[in-house]
Parts: sequence; structure tokens; C-alpha cells
Amino acid sequence: MSTLAVHDHGVVHHEDGHEHHHKATFLNTYVFSQDHKYIAKQFLVTGIIMAFIAMSLSILFRIQLAYPDKSFPFLETLLGHFAPGGRLSPDFYMSLVTIHGTIMVFFVLTAGLSGTFANLLIPLQIGARDMASPFVNMLSYWFFFIASLIMLSSFLVQKGPASGGWTIYPPLSALPKAMPGSGMGMTLWLISMTLFIASQLMGGINYISTVLNMRTKGMDLWKMPLTVWALFLTAVLGVLSFPVLVAGVVLLIFDRSFGTSFYLSDIVLGGVPQPYEGGSPILFQHLFWFLGHPEVYIVIMPAMGLSSEVLAVNSRKPIFGYHAMVYSLIGISVLSFIVWGHHMFVTGMNPFLGGVFMITTLIIAVPSAVKTFNWLATLWRGNIRFTPAMLFAIGMVSFFISGGLTGIFLGNAALDINLHDTYFVIAHFHLVMGSAAIFGMLAGVYHWFPKMYRRMMDERLGYLHFWLTFIGAYLVFFPMHFMGLDGVPRRYYAFTEFESMKRWLTVNVFVTWSAIMAGIAQLAFAFNFVYSIFWGKKTVQNPWNANTLEWTAPIEHIHGNWAGEIPTVYRWPYDYSKPGHDEDFIPQTVPFSQTMSSNLPHDFEDNPGGLEEYTKWTNAQKANEAVK
Amino acid sequence: MMAQIQQEDKLNLGAKKFSMWIFIFTSVLLFSGFISAFIVYSGGRGHALQVIMPEAFRYSTFVIIFSSVTLHLASKAAKTLQIGKQRMYLWFTIILGVAFFAIQIYAWYVLAFKMQIFFSNPNASRSFIYVFSGVHLAHVIAGLLVLLNAVFATYRNIPQVRNIFKMEMASIFWHFLDIMWICLYVFLLLNQN
Repeated sequence: MSTLAVHDHGVVHHEDGHEHHHKATFLNTYVFSQDHKYIAKQFLVTGIIMAFIAMSLSILFRIQLAYPDKSFPFLETLLGHFAPGGRLSPDFYMSLVTIHGTIMVFFVLTAGLSGTFANLLIPLQIGARDMASPFVNMLSYWFFFIASLIMLSSFLVQKGPASGGWTIYPPLSALPKAMPGSGMGMTLWLISMTLFIASQLMGGINYISTVLNMRTKGMDLWKMPLTVWALFLTAVLGVLSFPVLVAGVVLLIFDRSFGTSFYLSDIVLGGVPQPYEGGSPILFQHLFWFLGHPEVYIVIMPAMGLSSEVLAVNSRKPIFGYHAMVYSLIGISVLSFIVWGHHMFVTGMNPFLGGVFMITTLIIAVPSAVKTFNWLATLWRGNIRFTPAMLFAIGMVSFFISGGLTGIFLGNAALDINLHDTYFVIAHFHLVMGSAAIFGMLAGVYHWFPKMYRRMMDERLGYLHFWLTFIGAYLVFFPMHFMGLDGVPRRYYAFTEFESMKRWLTVNVFVTWSAIMAGIAQLAFAFNFVYSIFWGKKTVQNPWNANTLEWTAPIEHIHGNWAGEIPTVYRWPYDYSKPGHDEDFIPQTVPFSQTMSSNLPHDFEDNPGGLEEYTKWTNAQKANEAVK
Repeated sequence: MMAQIQQEDKLNLGAKKFSMWIFIFTSVLLFSGFISAFIVYSGGRGHALQVIMPEAFRYSTFVIIFSSVTLHLASKAAKTLQIGKQRMYLWFTIILGVAFFAIQIYAWYVLAFKMQIFFSNPNASRSFIYVFSGVHLAHVIAGLLVLLNAVFATYRNIPQVRNIFKMEMASIFWHFLDIMWICLYVFLLLNQN
């Protein structure tokens, strides 16, 4: 053993100097760090900044929707030729909704969410020193960072950013002359997304490999916290679906720049017939949504995992139905690949095929409902601590229910004829994947902030942030259901031109002011976050009395996470309020031999030796009772 | 001792090899994306390919199969610590890889200039010939870099564990490229009418 170790030590110095020299410089500690905990913080801060940018974009176009005929001189000062005379130009309005969607879906809720928590929690909760390949992990962040810069730089282009919607359907995205945003803006969008996908694949491959290969002693798959399960399955979804988006995007680039006609046919541009023949724009939709639907689960599943953990810890109860939770995550993951057609019901799809997609879509309601009921059952008669993280986790469940219910309507091929591309869809996905996912992420931020920054966030500002955001989000998105039912279409610049939609203007004003209120509430979070990093109350090692492995690591961050040997795991992560134990939590690292009074026969299902000891101990207890 | 245990943990050669398999998996999905796009396109609109594949593709297929054989010989030599032999067979593999690359480009030349089957084509089924072989060639460039990494490592005095590791990484990737090309070629042959 020791010869082997010495031998490997030699290797380290010859070969992998860049990974193992512990000469800490400013650059490799604070910029190009390969430490998963630091990379997690980089992802989080970048994600938060992108979220604020995307939120500001939404407030800009909300102003347009509320006051389509009013001119706001500050808009011209702010946006220049994108808002001539203080009114957003229609093209720039399209750019705003496109970039808002792109940033929120990909840069905030995919990279910001999985990137942060997979990096922070996977190694810490499974008991690993770092990722399988810390170097690739670092590259993953920097590809993401460059992708973010390129995406934002499209605002500096004369004709504005991409404007064909975040789904970039051809022909608008395939013909540089189709609309102003289809030119340079679209090119930058494609470059940015290519780098983004590379970043996601590097990250995802690392996460999967780490979870499957580097768990500490005793940590079998069924002892992993639900966070790790969720982040692992999210990475699997990403690795399976992003390559298909690459295929779609590569063909799109060929159509844009090399004159092929994969997606283009019978195009007349400015009165001039174009030479493209025989392409099929529907082909792009198939390729896009084969990624696009798993993508919405890539967004929501980490939020589910984080919320499950936060709910169990703060209810002081085991998560209800741990196995069912894992199986429903797996079920959702599998089903997510066979439902993409429900985005395409109105593309002239064969109604029989539509029926098939409808059935697979509605089946997703089953695992989703299992999860929802399990969360509620976890809360039921729990000894609930309403920390800000807990409130956000409960908020996540609330949004998942209220947004999920409308999914049952939209998944129906017949109803979708009416509802497709209306505000009903906007309301649905902003609740179920927008608000729910961001609430899951915020729950995670409040809960694991002490692990990341060694300080606590302020609770009162947290409560303020929660209530304003929770109420604000419902006020913004709930009225949109009724607009959608009335047939108000999404992505329209102004509704004043349509007699039937004029009456919705007052609602739009209401929604806009709600959005502004919810937006301002985020400043409470931003202040709390930055202030607490530097001046927050110092944390103790296990501030929430949680069971999982990350809280056994020292408060001070060290490379390799644990100073000595990595702790061994003996039990599942949800032994909260176990009867017979003197505390209401038993960390995963406590062996059963130290908790004789609280052990139960089913703790020893696959451990006959332990069961024997347990029986001996209970018999001895009974004998003692008899003597008394 | 503690520090050494940590070092062992951090090398993670097994986990890195596993990552390579996942990467292969993502590549398979990328190509499946293109193949399904081809099927949807050519099936949905009645756009048959109707191109007899250039002879060059057959030669390149032989070349890349042969390169897999030489790579296998290199791995065998590496396992028995015959570094000279390993190096020689690796160089053979790289040369064959470059030859494969050149023949593919020649095949494009034949397609475009002799057969008038252009990349930008109203029948996009035909464009797919270029997409399949082009994306595969992009992978081949990466494969050649991995092979070069393995061959340069033999010039430095690195421990056998690392040498075998590099050979295994190169082998997984290069044999995959070989198999992937055969799949693509057979797929094109089956669909050429």
C-alpha cells in the first residue's frame, strides 16, 4: 500500500503539476480556481447577475405592454436608438422577450442553478474531495462566463440582439435578412449558445462521473440525499439532450451561412423569391424540442431536490416516501424524452401522433403528483421551522402545484388549439418552471449560504424578500391565465390595435406594477446577499442541525474538503426526530452502534450481523424491565 | 501518509475514464440527432438521396479500420512495456488517421466537382452526406490530438499507470470514431437509393 502511494506521489509531480501544486496564487485561488466550492460560488454570482439583467429586460417590455402609447424619455436616454422618442421599437421589443427568455432558461435556471448546486453539493454530500476532473470543471465555468458575455454583447450590435424568440425557429433565425435581430444578433446568439452547450456538457459529464465513481465508504445510491439524486438525474438529462440541440443548431448555422436548405423552403423575401427549396422548418422544431422539453426538467429537477432537502430538514421529519421520490425523479427523466411533440400540436401534426404525445404528457402528472403529495406529507405534523429557506421551499411547492395544474390543460391536444401561443402558456410556464425553479434556487441559496460563505444571511430581510416575491409572482402571472383564455397572444408588441384585446390594458397595467414591485423586492435579496458575505453573522458548523455530509466538513474551506479521512456513511440522510434518540437529528456519519435506543428492525434490512446485535440489545432491555 | 491518500483520491483515473465513456455517449447522441434529422427529412418529404457514394469512402473505411488494428497493437505493446514498439504503432495510427482525413476531403472533391453533388443543395438529403462526414472529421481532429498526446507521453519518462491510462483514453475514443464512421457509411449506403 505504502509503496503504491509513494509511487503515485511521484506521478503527481511529473505529470499533473497543474492540478496538485499547492502554491496558491491570486489567479488560481480567486479566478481560475479548480476547487468545486469556489466554482460553485462563481456560478452563483454570475447566475444572480444574469438574473438581475434578465429581470430588468422583462420590466422594460412590461412598461411597453402597460403603456403602449406613452413615451418615456428615460427609455431613450437608456436605450438610444432602440427606443426612439421614448418608446420601445417593435423590433427591440422582440429582442427583449427573446433575450429575457434565453437568459432566464439557460443562463440562470440551467447554469446558475445546476452549476451552483451540483458543484457545491455533489462532492460535499457524497463525500468526495473534488470533482472527477477539477480542470474540466473549471473550463465549464469559463465557457459559461464567455457565453454570458457574448450573449450580453449582442445588445451592443447596431441592429440589436436576436429577436426570433428563445426557441429561434427558422425561417426567422435562418435568414439573416428576415428581421433586424436575425443578422449579427442571431449570429452572436448561436456562438454564445454553442459555448454554453459545451460548458453544460463538460459540467454534466463531470457530475455524472463524480456521483457514480467517487462516493465515500458506505454511501450507496440509496443513502444519497435527494439533492444529489436530482442533480445527478439533471446532469443525465443534459448529457442526453444537449447534443441533439447541437445537431439542430449546426444545421441552422449551415442554412444561415452556407446556403443549404435543411429548414428553408419557398421563401420570398422583400418580393424576391429565394433559392431555397425543399427544407422543413418543422424538422428544426423536432430537434429543438427534443432538447427543449428535457430542458424544462433540467430547470425544475434541481429545484425539486433542493426543496426536498430543505423541507425535510426544517420539518424535522424524514422526507415522506424517499424511494418514491427517487423513482418519480427517474420517471420524470424518462418521460421527458417522449413528450416533445406537445409543443408542436398545432404544426399540422398527425392527430394520431398528437394523441400519443398527449398520453405520454399527461402521464407525467403521476410522478409530479407523487412528489407534490410527498412534500405535503413531509410538512404534515412536522416540527416546522420557518426559516427563509423553508419559506422559499414551500413557495416552490405552491408554484409547482398552481402552475402544474394548467399543464394538464395545455397537454391536451384539443384544448391546445385554443391555448397555444397565448398568455395562458406564459402563465403556465412562468409559474411551474420559472417561479418554482427560482424559488427552489433561492431556498438553496438561503440554506447553503453558510456553507458557501461561512456566514448567515439576515433572516428579516429574507422574510421580506420572500413575501414580496411570493405575492408579486402570483399577482404578475395569475391574471395572465384569463388573458390567455380570452385569446390574447404572446409576443405581441401592443394590444391597442385589436378591438377584442383593448380591455386587457388595465390588467396589463396591474401586472406591470406588480412586476415592478416584485423586481424591487429582489433588491432586498441583493443587499442581503452582498452584505452577509462580508458582514453577516458568523455561522456554526451545522447551523440547521442537518444530517447530510456537507455539515461535517470544517467551516473553513480547505482544498479536499475534509482535513483527515473522508467520513464514512452509515445511514440514510433523513433520520430526523427518530423516536428514542435524545436529539432530533442523527447525522449520516453516526453508526448504529452509537444509537442503540433509537434503532429499528428495518434499519438492518441488509445487515444480518447488525440485526443480531439489535435483537440481543432489545432482549437485554426487556430482561432489565422484567427484573424491575 | 494522509497527503498521499489525498493525492490518490485526486488522480481519479477510473473516474476520468468513465467520463470519456459518457463523452462517447454524447457523441453518439449528436450523430443520432443528425441521423434522425435525415430520416425525418428524407422520409417526410419524399426527398430520396439518389447518390452513389464515391469510391473514396470505401478506401477511407479500410484505412480507418486498419488504423484501429495498429492502435490495438500499440496498446498490446504498451501493456508489455515495449515502449519502442508502442511508439511506432502509435505513429502508424496517426499517419493512417491523417490519411483517412485526406481521403475524406478527396471524397468531398469527387462529390462536388466530379458528381456535382454540392453541399448547398435543394435536396438537403444530399447536404447530409457532407454533414455526416464533416462532423465525423471534426471528431477525427480531436482524436488525432488525443493520439498525439499519447505518443508524446512515450517520449517523457512517465509511470506505466499513466501511460496505460493515456493509451486507454486514446483507444476508447479512436475505436469509437472507427465504429461511428462504419455506422455512418453503412447508413448512407443503405439509403443511397
